[in-house]
Order: sequence, then structure tokens, then C-alpha cells
Amino acid sequence: MKRGTALRITAIDDAPNVGAILLNADNFSERLSLPDSLKAQNVARLTTGTALYSDMGRILCSITDDTVGWHDPLGGCSDETLVAKKYGFDTYQQARNAWHQNGLDGFLIELAKYGLGARDLMMNINFFSKVEVLEDGSMHFVPGNAVSGGAVEIRAEMNTLVILNSCQHPMDPANRYAQRRVELTLKKVPPPGPDDVCRTSRPENARGFTITERYFL
Amino acid sequence: MNLRDLEVIPETTLRISPRLAEDAVFDEVVLAGDWFVRTIKRGEFVRIVDLQGNQAVDTLFYNAHNYTDRYSAQDTIRAQSNVYLTAGTKLISTLRHVLLTVVADTCGRHDTLGGACSAESNMVRYDIDKRSMHACRQSFLKAALDWSAKTGREFNKYDLTANINFFMNVPVMPNGKLSFEDGVSEAGKYVELRAEMDTLMIISNCPQLNNPCNAYDPTPVRILIWDAPAS
Repeated sequence: MKRGTALRITAIDDAPNVGAILLNADNFSERLSLPDSLKAQNVARLTTGTALYSDMGRILCSITDDTVGWHDPLGGCSDETLVAKKYGFDTYQQARNAWHQNGLDGFLIELAKYGLGARDLMMNINFFSKVEVLEDGSMHFVPGNAVSGGAVEIRAEMNTLVILNSCQHPMDPANRYAQRRVELTLKKVPPPGPDDVCRTSRPENARGFTITERYFL
Repeated sequence: MNLRDLEVIPETTLRISPRLAEDAVFDEVVLAGDWFVRTIKRGEFVRIVDLQGNQAVDTLFYNAHNYTDRYSAQDTIRAQSNVYLTAGTKLISTLRHVLLTVVADTCGRHDTLGGACSAESNMVRYDIDKRSMHACRQSFLKAALDWSAKTGREFNKYDLTANINFFMNVPVMPNGKLSFEDGVSEAGKYVELRAEMDTLMIISNCPQLNNPCNAYDPTPVRILIWDAPAS
């Protein structure tokens, strides 16, 4: 995504999940830091007004619209072993396009297309999913967080390599492997103004936008 | 421990180690703002002692034979369905290996969501003028560069990732809020881990001067290591 564009992800089916990692497209050593994002904004959920910070104090993308209300930064991604254990192992030979894919391999394959690999993995976002944390620290996947028609929009504040996959959330208790569709729409958007919802949501974000804008001077 | 702490942390999560300091094969103090790198061999035990209380000990772990296989915060918390690390927690790697197990903990819980402070994140969190202050990721980078120079192995910024903050209290609320609270640690509290694989450990003893959670006073910690027990 080029700076000045926005990506809208819209659920076609109920209960989708979109795993996401982000890197600075102009310098791959800079990437999404969910710890920095959570710490700067004192949140463990992502929604409208949330800035997605890189490890360099800059904002890669920000969430400018969200009809769902909660996107998960905690649960991580599935892997081959987890998927085989939950849904059974199948081969592409047997299942063709219904074969069981997993989030980790999805990220690794797409990273490899840019010369990147396991060293470049980072904590990932799970758009459309919700993991609630109770007072004792226990994590609970909340089914039905997003339904068909739900949408989230992220605006690129930097040129960002966005890697997505629509594998099920690793904590999704559904015992059937499901391909749940989303639609991606990319568009040009104006730069964030002084009253922008992400810039004004916290004083930390006002500084984050200033630091990001200086990077492009 | 006061009553408020008892409400937050069930006493069952506290576990004392049977190992004695005089039997340790390694015993060293790491000052605030310093870094520490060492390989912990499979079967060895490593203890980190919070000498003066409420210190944050930012720590990264790697498979010593393959640095791309490294500590993964999300896989670790998902494997135990709990965001806090304590006795019994298995530290899981990105390639889904168990690197170490927390075998003793007299603090009760440790954070792995708050990340390590950096010069750049301090600019966001506190003030743009804080750029020049010392920070954990300055230490992590210097540790990585030194280790790479010493061993001839590639090790740099690409290897630095989401870390553990031993002794740090970062509660997550059911409404999705995250806060930085005063520590639940006290002078003398410790956490002890057993290496399940040969593991590289990198510590930045946090130099943060802007955060009230350490009373603006970063302090030393002590590292002890014991050999694997004879089998």
C-alpha cells in the first residue's frame, strides 16, 4: 500500500479472520510492533482511532473506520500442526482448493516473495477476531465477533508491505475447517488532517503522526 | 506481600526454587542500563533476581543453533491461554519449540505484551525530546552487534522481536484496556527457568527514567546459573 491509500476489508461470510503483518516497504528492517502499538495507546484491542506503529516510532497504518469494534492483537497465527490436529490432515491432491492451509506458512510464503523469511516474522494482527482477557489473565476467544458486511479500513501512513491471510484464528473453537471470504478494496484517500480521528485519539498519536510526517519531508 | 497483591495473584502461582546460590556455577550482577548475553545449555537453570524491587528485565531467547527460531510472545501466551508468564509457563519459539520452562517464580507474574523501550517509542510515549535517552533497544542492538562480532554469526536488528519483561506488571482488562501498573515485585523476588534446548539469552536491564512503574529508579539485577542435574 502506498502512503495516501486505504484498504477496506469487508466480511463476505460470517466469522472471518484476517491475519496481518506490516513492513515498511522502503526498508524491511522496520516493521509492525504490536507491543509498541499497545503500549503507546494502552490498549489490547484494535479499532477506529488505533495507530499501528512500527518499531521505529512511526505509524505504518492507522485504523480509520471500523464497524466491528474489536480486532485481536494477541492470538497469533495457526501452524501446520495445529491445523492438522484441529481439522485433520489432508493433501492438496485429495482436497484441491479445499485443502487445509495455516497462517504461519501463509506468512512465510508471502514473506519469501520479498526475500524475507522466519527472521522477519512479528506478532500479527487478527482482523475481525476478538480474544477477551479476564482479570486472571486467561484468554478467551469470543465467537461471532464479526458478521457478513462488517468492515475495517486501514490507511497507509507510510509505504507499507501488507501481508494478509484469511486462515481461521488459532483459538477459533469451530471444529470444521472453513474458508471464510473477505473483500479487499483499495482506494486513494486524503492525508490525515489536524482533526483526524487517529491523530486526535491520544497525545501519543499526535506525536506519532508528527514523527511519521517528518520521515517524508 | 500485602492484601491487595493477594487478591490479584493467587498464591498457588508462587513457586520457590530448591537451588541454593552457593551451588551456582555463575553469579553476576547486571546494572541498570547494561546488557547481558549468554548461552544457557539444555538442562541448565537460570535465575534472575530483582535485587531492589520493581525492576523491568527485558529478555529475549533464541534457539542457540538457529537464531531465526526465537521466542514468540503470541505462541507462548496462546499455548497456556493466559497473557501472564509465571511458574509452569513454557516459552515457545516461532517454530513452535519449547525453549525454556519457568520452574520457579516468587513474583507471580511477568509481562510479555509491553515490549522493550526504545529511543523512538520514548518519543511517542513521553516527548519527542526524549530521543537521546538510553533505552532497552539500544542495549539489545549493542548486545546483538557484540555477539555477532564475537561469534562471527549474523545477528542484528532483524533478530530483535517481542520480548519478555520479567517483574513487570502490565494488566490487560476485559474491556481491552492495557495499563502499566506499579510492579508486583519486591526486593529479592526471583524467576527461574530451565532450558529445554540450548538457548541464547539476551537481557537489557531496563534503563527507563520516564516511567513511574519503577519509581523512576532503575536498579540492578542478579543472574545465577546452575548446571544440569546429574542424571
